[in-house]
Amino acid sequence: MIIDIEKCEDCNNCFMACKDEHVDNDFPPYSAAQPLHDHRWMNIMRRERGSGSLMDVAYRPTPCMHCDDAPCIRAAENGAVYKREDGIVIIDPVKSTGQKNIQKACPYNAVYWNEERDIPQKCNFCAHLLDGGWEEPRCVQACPTGALSIVKADDAQIQKMVKEENLEALHPEYNTFPRVFYRNLYRYNRAFIAGSVAYGADSGEECAKNAVVSLVKNGRAVYECKTDFFGDFKFDGLKENGQTYEVHILLATFPEKILTVDLKTSINLGAVTL
Amino acid sequence: GNGVTRYVNCTNGGAVHVDVKDGKILRIIPIEFDDEDAASWTIEARGKKFTPPRKTSLSSYSHAMKSIIYSKDRLLYPMKRVDFDHNGERNPENRGVSGYERISWDEALDIVANEIMRMKEVHGQGAILSSNGSHHMWGNLGYWLSAFKRFLNLIGHTPTIQNPDSWEGWYWGASNHWGYSMRLGGGECYGLVEEQLKECEMIVFWSSDPESTCGVYAGMEGTIRRLWAKELGMKFVHIDPYYNHTAALLGGKWLAPRPATGNSLSLAIAYVWITEDLYDKEYVATRTTGFDEWKDYILGKKDGIPKTPEWQEGEAGIPAKDVRALAREWASHKTYLSAGGAGNNVGGACRDSTGIEWARSMVCLMAMQGLGKPGVNMGNLQAGTPIDRTFCFPGYAEGGMSGSYLDTGLAMRMLNRMPQIPTLNPSFQKVPRLQLPEAILEGKAETWGNNNAPFSIESQFQKFDYPAPGHSPVRMYYKYGGSFIGTQSETNRYVKAYRTDKLEFVVNQSIWFEGEAQFADIILPACTNFERWDIGESANCGGYVQDSFGQLNHRVITLQHKCIEPLGESKSDYDIFQELANRLGIGPVFSEGNTAFEWCKRLYDATDLPGKISWKKLMKKGYYVVPAPPEELRSKPSYRAFAEDRVKDTPELGPLPGDYNGKFGKGLQTQSGKIEFVCSSLKRFDPNDPERPVMTKYIPSWEGHHTAELYEKYPLQLISPHPRYSFHTHNDGKDSFTIDIKNHRVLLDGYYYWIVRINPEDAKQRNIKEKDLVKVFNDRGAVICAAQVTERVSRGTSHSYESCSVYDPIGEPGNSPDRGGCINLLSSKRPIIKKSHSTSAMSCLVQIERWEGK
Ligand SMILES: Nc1nc2c(c(=O)[nH]1)N[C@H]1C(S)=C(S)[C@@H](COP(=O)(O)OP(=O)(O)OC[C@H]3O[C@@H](n4cnc5c(=O)[nH]c(N)nc54)[C@H](O)[C@@H]3O)O[C@H]1N2
Ligand SMILES: Nc1nc2c(c(=O)[nH]1)N[C@H]1C(S)=C(S)[C@@H](COP(=O)(O)OP(=O)(O)OC[C@H]3O[C@@H](n4cnc5c(=O)[nH]c(N)nc54)[C@H](O)[C@@H]3O)O[C@H]1N2
Ligand code: SF4
Ligand code: SF4
Ligand code: SF4
Ligand SMILES: [Ca+2]
Ligand SMILES: [Ca+2]
Ligand SMILES: [Mo+4]
Repeated sequence: MIIDIEKCEDCNNCFMACKDEHVDNDFPPYSAAQPLHDHRWMNIMRRERGSGSLMDVAYRPTPCMHCDDAPCIRAAENGAVYKREDGIVIIDPVKSTGQKNIQKACPYNAVYWNEERDIPQKCNFCAHLLDGGWEEPRCVQACPTGALSIVKADDAQIQKMVKEENLEALHPEYNTFPRVFYRNLYRYNRAFIAGSVAYGADSGEECAKNAVVSLVKNGRAVYECKTDFFGDFKFDGLKENGQTYEVHILLATFPEKILTVDLKTSINLGAVTL
Repeated sequence: GNGVTRYVNCTNGGAVHVDVKDGKILRIIPIEFDDEDAASWTIEARGKKFTPPRKTSLSSYSHAMKSIIYSKDRLLYPMKRVDFDHNGERNPENRGVSGYERISWDEALDIVANEIMRMKEVHGQGAILSSNGSHHMWGNLGYWLSAFKRFLNLIGHTPTIQNPDSWEGWYWGASNHWGYSMRLGGGECYGLVEEQLKECEMIVFWSSDPESTCGVYAGMEGTIRRLWAKELGMKFVHIDPYYNHTAALLGGKWLAPRPATGNSLSLAIAYVWITEDLYDKEYVATRTTGFDEWKDYILGKKDGIPKTPEWQEGEAGIPAKDVRALAREWASHKTYLSAGGAGNNVGGACRDSTGIEWARSMVCLMAMQGLGKPGVNMGNLQAGTPIDRTFCFPGYAEGGMSGSYLDTGLAMRMLNRMPQIPTLNPSFQKVPRLQLPEAILEGKAETWGNNNAPFSIESQFQKFDYPAPGHSPVRMYYKYGGSFIGTQSETNRYVKAYRTDKLEFVVNQSIWFEGEAQFADIILPACTNFERWDIGESANCGGYVQDSFGQLNHRVITLQHKCIEPLGESKSDYDIFQELANRLGIGPVFSEGNTAFEWCKRLYDATDLPGKISWKKLMKKGYYVVPAPPEELRSKPSYRAFAEDRVKDTPELGPLPGDYNGKFGKGLQTQSGKIEFVCSSLKRFDPNDPERPVMTKYIPSWEGHHTAELYEKYPLQLISPHPRYSFHTHNDGKDSFTIDIKNHRVLLDGYYYWIVRINPEDAKQRNIKEKDLVKVFNDRGAVICAAQVTERVSRGTSHSYESCSVYDPIGEPGNSPDRGGCINLLSSKRPIIKKSHSTSAMSCLVQIERWEGK
């Protein structure tokens, strides 16, 4: 599955469709019914960045990662969790009874406990539907923006896509080799520096359009952009809690303006008057 | 296969396939079209080709329908309030507290039928009050404008007249500038999707969040088109006190005006255009009237206040430099204004205390830029797809089986196509919805406007009073559904009205035990549209929203299968009316000898369907996709003919032939036939009304940052837009899937609380953290909510959705804080202007503090 953060608008169609499919419905041998509340097999996380006029918000839909080296499989006894040929990781709804370790083992917190049935449960990629001839799982069918998509590909093809399309796994440091990849993940886990450039004029303050703004790190300009008609600029995809940057602003005959930013989290520098 | 049967139905958020197994709904999904279904259209724009996905798209709540169909809050049996005895003590003051016992259908129906007859015998004409919400489970037969209307007309009743809540500022304001009274002042939107994709360079979204409100009823159909606009490099600006979901998806500049500052920002934009010579002088000279007078006002010639961007800063609070930048970019690029969620009507700003002036100014700004010229129009790619508008299938407002040609759209086309026994209400008394409590408690109400028959601009000037001459005050209340505590204004009033002996009898016919149902004496359990037969077209409302299916990528007409048997002892509304009608001796007049299923067939026969798909085939397949027309037959863009001074070439129904000035089809509905900066209709009605001047002026809110005393006590401006994850009250509460949506309700200590959004600084000042329980209150009431601390509102603004379905007072109903989430307990009953019947519920002043209580 590929999840494009830039296209996710928190409409919750995926979450609702997942519940519609699984709540109250048993699909043996694939899955037992999901409880009416509390489970989030598709868990949508929210992240706001910046402030005021230069803020944004990103949503990160998070299902089970269907890891290739899955801790949940290792934690399970008597083969209660298994990986299929096609990569889908399934928790057997009978064999897994009482096995709390399966839930504990998952570093992504993707597994939920079903008190009534005494079993761990999670996204199973709607395997019963795919085996029954469906082209895509419920959440993908329901998504109005194309933020969710699936590709059927072998390992080599996937590695190629990851490279060419800049796909990222969530927390690669867990070393579980997820089969779920994110596009534009920077919107969720990276920071930006933004601001609005203005200058004084007879008419009052004016937005400074087409000012040249460069982002300087260790004395070297790493990015450069021009302000838009509101005088706004934005450098995105920067590491949080990372570097100290300088922002250099140049417009016509105004003296160059230099601001120093010790970047922790996304920041709107507000109005910068030349 | 597998014992699964696939049915078809339709919802407020799209047409669906319904898989049923062993008599139980398994899943509800979008309809994926097959090869037999008509081909989709393609738009070519700027070297790219765009074709929509070949399936219906649904709103979140349509995916969640199963959970409200099988909700634990379903009413499954007729019920009687335990201390209600229709032959003895009625104990009306205990409504809302005393609880219910199950009774038989026979007993329930006998009581209701006898009370109907008793009312007429004892009190006389007008004693039976009726009311309903505006929206309904889908289907032209089951709609309240159909079966309920027919039944009510047959028994004689005092209807509750709706204010034009969706349109307010457009109806009471904009219509005076450009007409469109039959759209309640909103604009038309033909051919605009293609025009916009081809021509437009920038969209200004103003009080407009189509990703949340989806036009109306349109699922997520418009989303893909807005993503195309992004792909084509259009620029976006969002003017909204809330960083809304359209802004979050599309990006662009967010400008957050202080709520309810009406047209101050528009006037400042006009000021820049005038002083910098950035408007279409030729258009203004030939297609409009009165500009010079308005221009003088903008420049401050009479009142000494030039409406500069700096002046605006003191009102709306947008930095003056940003206003200048926006005004210049707007004037120098082909710009679409998206005013309100639908593009040229509705919008939260039209529903606040200054909503009339806001909507008026939207029209005036467009008049300055040449509305209708290529790339200069109103819309947000939500409405005006290239689909077939000539294929006849009615919307729900066209009255179904009501026979009621006076107060539905029946006469528009269905009266001829489906002859039926006409029905007329003998009573001419009516109660204005926003004064319903006063009508009951004080026995009088006074109001203006006849938006149920908006045939002319002047319809808004009609006055009507309650009680009507010679009529009885209302004594019995036939309540259909129970949304008002969540949706009307200052709604503790509605609670109090129930708890007095002024109402001798209250019957509530509802699907769920929620909202107002708990105040009835007798409860009649209705079923959902998944449990009965109906027929309807997705997103086709008709009436004030003529051709509203033009929001969809494909016209999808559905035979709404009865997918499962009614749950418990619930019955279809139709069957309930039939049984009551039988008891009153009007059974055959109600049914005309038909079952509900047979009415569906009659409705089918009256449309263009029979030539295209047989009844048998429709029964089996469940839906029909109306083919898109060939490119040369696509609708022309709205306003183009007006801009070029030609006879209208869009299929717009209004104005009526008698309401044109010159020749039929030429010009607008106004007296001059042009866009009027100074309104001739207002000059004729009340030229000196300070609340609604003849041209649009800045009028500070009567509940805002200038009302010093109140503002000091209640320093937060609360806005309450439409809930994104529920269609009004329909999908909220009820133990549904929807309450698990993080941005809809929050689970705290086992209770699902409604959310109020507050700026981090405001929160800090009040020691409020994310997910804290807080009390949101003013003099009108208090609501316990969960706090969401967010940059999406600026300081001084807070945000919570309207239309909560749960009313759960922690003490005496009507006099204690509600923890269900009925934000409308806090909004004002005051109309936007006196001479109207309008709600200002979008905005009010409140205070928020931590809630430590239990
Ligand atoms: N603060 C604030 N308030 C607002 C607004 C706002 O922006 N801010 N917006 C306003 C607007 S535009 C609107 S349209 C109104 C909407 O307000 P309402 O029209 O009052 O809300 P609905 O939820 O549509 O009400 C429909 C009722 O009918 C019932 N019902 C539906 N289908 C059936 C059926 O098949 N059978 C039976 N028996 N009952 C049925 C439902 O259960 C529900 O009780 O809210 C208005 N209120
Ligand atoms: N999901 C969903 N969709 C719906 C509905 C629903 O209940 N749920 N209801 C349907 C109905 S009946 C209608 S009438 C339409 C309503 O559609 P709209 O009237 O367009 O919707 P609202 O959410 O009321 O308001 C739109 C935006 O206006 C902003 N706003 C509020 N006050 C101000 C202000 O003073 N100035 C500015 N600039 N912006 C302001 C709000 O923050 C909000 O983002 O939606 C329809 N669609
Ligand atoms: S359905 Fe798509 S856009 Fe909507 S919340 Fe899920 S991933 Fe995001
Ligand atoms: S995300 Fe968790 S549950 Fe899913 S495969 Fe990986 S370890 Fe197992
Ligand atoms: S793939 Fe199926 S189970 Fe997994 S999140 Fe999507 S809908 Fe739920
Ligand atoms: Ca009589
Ligand atoms: Ca006229
Ligand atoms: Mo509305």
